[in-house]
Amino acid sequence: MSVEIKNLSHTYSEGSPFEFKALKDVNITIEDGSFIGIIGHTGSGKSTLIQHLNGLLTPTSGSVLVDGKDIFDAKKAELIALRHHIGLVFQYPEHQLFEETVQKDVAFGPKNQGLSEEEIDQRVKQSIKMVGLDFDAIKDKSPFELSGGQMRRVAIAGVLAMEPSVLILDEPTAGLDPRGREEILAQIKSLHSQKKITVILVSHSMEDIGKMVEKILVMNEGEVVFFDTPNRVFTEISTLESIGLAVPEVTYLMRRLKEKYPEIREDIFTVEAAKKEILKVIRG
Amino acid sequence: MHIEKGEFVGIIGHNGSGKSTLSKLLNAIIFPTQGDVMVSGLNTKDHENLWTIRQTAGMVFQNPDNQLVATIVEEDVAFGPENLGVPPQEIRERVDRALAVVEMQAYAHQKPHQLSGGQKQRIAIAGILAMEPECIIFDEPTAMLDPSGRREVMETIRRLNRDKDMTVIHITHFMEEIVAADRIIVLDKGKVVMEGEPRMIFRQVKRLKEIGLDVPQMTELAYELRSEGLKIDDDVLSIEEMVNALCQ
Repeated sequence: MSVEIKNLSHTYSEGSPFEFKALKDVNITIEDGSFIGIIGHTGSGKSTLIQHLNGLLTPTSGSVLVDGKDIFDAKKAELIALRHHIGLVFQYPEHQLFEETVQKDVAFGPKNQGLSEEEIDQRVKQSIKMVGLDFDAIKDKSPFELSGGQMRRVAIAGVLAMEPSVLILDEPTAGLDPRGREEILAQIKSLHSQKKITVILVSHSMEDIGKMVEKILVMNEGEVVFFDTPNRVFTEISTLESIGLAVPEVTYLMRRLKEKYPEIREDIFTVEAAKKEILKVIRG
Repeated sequence: MHIEKGEFVGIIGHNGSGKSTLSKLLNAIIFPTQGDVMVSGLNTKDHENLWTIRQTAGMVFQNPDNQLVATIVEEDVAFGPENLGVPPQEIRERVDRALAVVEMQAYAHQKPHQLSGGQKQRIAIAGILAMEPECIIFDEPTAMLDPSGRREVMETIRRLNRDKDMTVIHITHFMEEIVAADRIIVLDKGKVVMEGEPRMIFRQVKRLKEIGLDVPQMTELAYELRSEGLKIDDDVLSIEEMVNALCQ
C-alpha cells in the first residue's frame, strides 16, 4: 500500500491559549513496499504524524491518501476497514497486553476483524512464530509472566496477526537489551522482505536506522527537513546536530579519518561497511 | 560486591539478568532473601535505617513521565526535601542549587509536561539532588530519550560524579555510555559474571556477545578489523582512539 501525505497540518487545542502547531504542511509519498525510517527529537511531530496514518488523529488541514483514497473523506465503516490494513505498534506496546493467555491476546485483533475461528488460529500461530517465539511453549502462558523482550514480541505479534499492509513501529526497541534489539530488528527486516509490506520505523537510534531503512524522514518542529536515502541524510552532520540529532558513531569516525585518508568514503553508517572501506583504503 | 564513595560504576546485563532487582535492593525498595546490603554502613534490613538509606541512595528511573509529581518544575524538585521535613528556607536554597547543577534554573517556573525528555530527566535528577544523597542509582535513564536528550543527561551524570564527588551507579543497555566508568559489573542470570575496568571488559567481545550483550561500536569495529588481520589493539573504546590507531 502506498501512503501519500498532502499539505498535512495539525494544530493541538486550536484557538486556545495552549494552541500548538505540531505539523506544518507536510508533503511526502511513501511507496508501496518501501522501508522508511523517521527521526526527530522529542516533540518534533513524529508521533503526531504517524497517528494520522491510521486515522487516530484527523488533520487540521491537508489529507492522507492510502492507495489513492483519502482516508478522512471515507465513511466510518471504510475507515475501520482501513485501520485493519495499517498496523500501528505504539511505544512500549507491552503495556497494552491485557488477556489471560498469550494466544487470546494475539487473537484479539483478528477476532475484531470478524474472521473465522480457523483463520484466527492460523494467523495467531503464524504471527507468534514470526516474532521468533515458540507457539506451543508460550500460547497458554499469561503475557504478564514473560520477560520484557518476550512481552514486546507478543504485542507486536498481536498487530501482525491482523496482517497489515503497512506496519508502523514507534521505537520498537526502546528499553530492550542488545540481543533483544537485534532480534526484533532482524524480524522486522525479514517481515518486510518476505511479505513485501510497507514498514515505517520511528527510532532514536541512528545506528538502527542506518542499518535498516531505504529512506529517512527527518522531522523538526513539525516540518520535514529531509526525506532521502541514508547516504544523503547522514552526510548532513551539522544540520542534523543543530536539530538535536546525530549520525552513527562510525559515520563520525569516517569523517575524522578523512583528514589522513582523503579518498575515504563518508557515507558509511554500519560497522560492516566501515570495516570494508577502512580495509580497502589502508590496503590500497 | 563493594562500591566505593565517589566511584562511577556501570552495570550491564540482558533483560532479566537482575540489574533492576539489584538497584532496588540498594535503596531498600526490596530486601535480600539472603545476605546483606550495607549503604554507608547501614543495613537495609534494619527498618529504622529505611529513610536514611533512601535519602542517601537516590534513584532515577527510565520513564521521566512517571517520576515527576508536581505541576511546576521547582515544586517538583522541592517534593523530596519537603517529605524529609527540611525547613522552608533551606528547601528554597536546595532547590536553587539542585536546578543550577542540572542547568535548568531557567525552567524553574515552567510546567514539567512542556519540557523535552532530556529536560524532564534532568528535573528528576534535581529532585534527587535536593535530598542531598551521597549516591545516585540510574536505572536506564536514557532509554526513552532522543540523541540530544541522551547527551544532556549523560553530561549531567558525569559532571555530578566528577565535580560533586557523587557515587554513581549507572545501569544501561548503551555500551557507549559507560566507556569512561571507573568499573563495569556484568550480570547474567542473577550473578556477577565479569567485573573490571571498561577496557578489560569490552575487549572480551565474544564472551559479551555470548551472554546477549554488546560492545561499543568502535570496539566492535576494532575487533572486526583485527579478525581481518589488521594490526590494531583490541581495547579501542572511542572514536579518538580509533583515529589514533588507524593514523599512526
